[in-house]
Amino acid sequence: MYMLYEASINRMRVSVCVSLKQRNLEGYVGFANLPNQVYRKSVKRGFEFTLMVVGESGLGKSTLINSLFLTDLYSKDYPGPSQRIKKTVQVEQSKVLIKEGGVQLTLTIVDTPGFGDAVDNSNCWQPVINYIDSKCEDFLNAESRVNRRSMPDNRVHCCLYFIAPSGHGLKPLDIEFMKRLHDKVNVIPLIAKADTLTPEECQLFKKQIMKEIQEHKIKIYEFPDTEDDDDNKLIRKIKEKMPLAVVGSNVVIEVNGKKVRGRQYPWGVAEVENGEHCDFTVLRNMLIRTHMQDLKDVTNNVHYENYRSKKLAAVTCNGVDTSKTKGQLTKYGTISGKYPLAQMEEERREHVMKMKKMEAEMEQVFEMKVKEKKQKLKDSEAELERRHEQMKRNLEAQYKELEEKRRVFEEEKANWEAQQRILEQQKLDASKTMEKNKKKGKIF
Amino acid sequence: RADRPHGHGLSSSHNSSGGSTLLGYIGIDTIIEQMRKKTMKTGFDFNIMVVGHSGLGKSTLVNTLFKSHVSRKSAGWARDEKIPKTVEIKAVSHVIEEGGVKMKLTVVDTPGFGDQINNDNCWEPISKYINEQYEKFLKEEVNITRKKRIPDTRVHCCIYFISPTGHFLRQLDTEFMKRLSHSVNIIPVIAKADTMTLEERQEFKQRVRKELEVSGIEFYPQKEFDEDMEDKSDNDKIREAMPFAVVGSDKEYQVNGKRVLGRKTAWGIVEVENPNHCEFAQLRDFLIRSHLQDLKEVTHNIHYETYRAKRLNENGEYYNQ
Repeated sequence: MYMLYEASINRMRVSVCVSLKQRNLEGYVGFANLPNQVYRKSVKRGFEFTLMVVGESGLGKSTLINSLFLTDLYSKDYPGPSQRIKKTVQVEQSKVLIKEGGVQLTLTIVDTPGFGDAVDNSNCWQPVINYIDSKCEDFLNAESRVNRRSMPDNRVHCCLYFIAPSGHGLKPLDIEFMKRLHDKVNVIPLIAKADTLTPEECQLFKKQIMKEIQEHKIKIYEFPDTEDDDDNKLIRKIKEKMPLAVVGSNVVIEVNGKKVRGRQYPWGVAEVENGEHCDFTVLRNMLIRTHMQDLKDVTNNVHYENYRSKKLAAVTCNGVDTSKTKGQLTKYGTISGKYPLAQMEEERREHVMKMKKMEAEMEQVFEMKVKEKKQKLKDSEAELERRHEQMKRNLEAQYKELEEKRRVFEEEKANWEAQQRILEQQKLDASKTMEKNKKKGKIF
Repeated sequence: RADRPHGHGLSSSHNSSGGSTLLGYIGIDTIIEQMRKKTMKTGFDFNIMVVGHSGLGKSTLVNTLFKSHVSRKSAGWARDEKIPKTVEIKAVSHVIEEGGVKMKLTVVDTPGFGDQINNDNCWEPISKYINEQYEKFLKEEVNITRKKRIPDTRVHCCIYFISPTGHFLRQLDTEFMKRLSHSVNIIPVIAKADTMTLEERQEFKQRVRKELEVSGIEFYPQKEFDEDMEDKSDNDKIREAMPFAVVGSDKEYQVNGKRVLGRKTAWGIVEVENPNHCEFAQLRDFLIRSHLQDLKEVTHNIHYETYRAKRLNENGEYYNQ
């Protein structure tokens, strides 16, 4: 079995590792250049990142996304999902390609409009969970294929959960959602629209939320400790500020001669990038500048592996696929002793079948078209025949008429000739008698 | 007129419609003064209910409205209190006095409204409570020996807090208001208005008003109860400005040498009573200074009468026996 094969390789590797010792180099070898090579390769390949935003409508999710990535993903012409009323929870994804300094990032934003908006919100987290699972499954299938030259990574790397700034604590919906999703994706809770709260209220609120998170044993994304002391200090500071209170805006306002992004109120301007006003810069630095790779790694190593082991355990433990999946996975587990070559044969056969099917379909279509054309031709032939017949009949009728006329004419002619003859005879007779008379007269 | 001494110098005239101009000062206008004295002695009741899901600043607003700590927020209500599993109705009464006038103010709070995952029928406990108060009053009225002054626990005004999402009304909001606008005076307000900038506020208000119109929700002051042109023009102005975008606070700060109620943020102080910052002052004037009595009257003459007619029709046989 494929899995055993891999496991045996690992066992061999283990025996090799034991004898490793650190040796000192006696000259410059040059593999210190390795990170640069990795860097150049990855820059060429480009990066992918999938970010999911969850929260009730009206919490400023679209605005925050626009502010984070300094783009207008949701603008006036293409308003964010929250501008359209939804009756059920939908999961929508939008892709955007961002280029900066030669590095290109394919950013996918997954939005969940309708979350928590209905009167009855039971199971409104189900579409979200289904989406995350389906993306993990796609990756699992792609990973299990024999031919895996292109493996797009569409798994959700980070889920930003927006908490309404009530100032009290977490709502039952927040707790339920986070409890169900902390095993599947990196959850980062945020306090939305933080300019509603005064600094004291914000502190109390944060403490309350962290207390409740610990109470319910929710595992939010934890920043990894690094070996560098300075970095650790920074990380500890970030940890104290969790959950981050953010304000989003892309409107530029002038404050004291400086142009800043912020929100203009009659009593002042709340600046988005001011660390004393809100934690937006912390979020942005953390999400983009320092921990993006770590988020991807944790997704790959922890959440995805969780999913994978659960999935495969469910399949192999019974020998029958208990889950509702189709495709490679089913064949993978139930048919034992499948070597990669055999699988390749499978795939080829599949491909051939597909081609055959397409061929058959095309043939069908072709036949149908031919039939149609034939029918059309027949019809036009019949039509022509009919017309021909009609014309012939017309002709005959005319002929008959003509014949009739001729007959009549002949009759008349015969009559007339007969009459002429009679007249002539009469004339002859008359002349004869006259001659006779003349002769007779002469005698007198 | 003949017995009147002409020395008073007042002309006599007699309208054929029945009204007559007075020939001397009688003193009918002192009745206002008498009423005032009586009311001051007896005091009057006002029952206000606040509805909205938790964290919208209901308790703070009520405290700010009546400039005293009448809401449970101050009564040592610790934040450790869990959100109740069903909607509870908590009524707290206080007696406040101003200028010799005593008012027994009852604040009815509804914790747990809209906080659950499944909020189906969360308006039912509230509807039941309102009808129970009407029932109590009806029973007292129908008694053979009535009390001199029936205690009025009917809800005169229900302030409904709309969450400042900036987009639309939530489904729960429209459901609640649709079902209760015919049994109680509903005044919708936009809570925590300091979340939105002025433009966002205007847009949101317009959208909310349109939605309320489309759903056929008649909030107080209802158009059908305007009595005359003056009322109508006043109320029209108020209806145009509703729902009021309010901010509540019970802390005072120093601004330009004055002590004002407000909220202090890192970028400025939101003044609660400044009409440029929010519409709290408008709401307070409307609710307390001009329409308090009208709220009570509409509740008594219209909502209560509707309930009474319905009940008496149901129990027609009982009362006829």
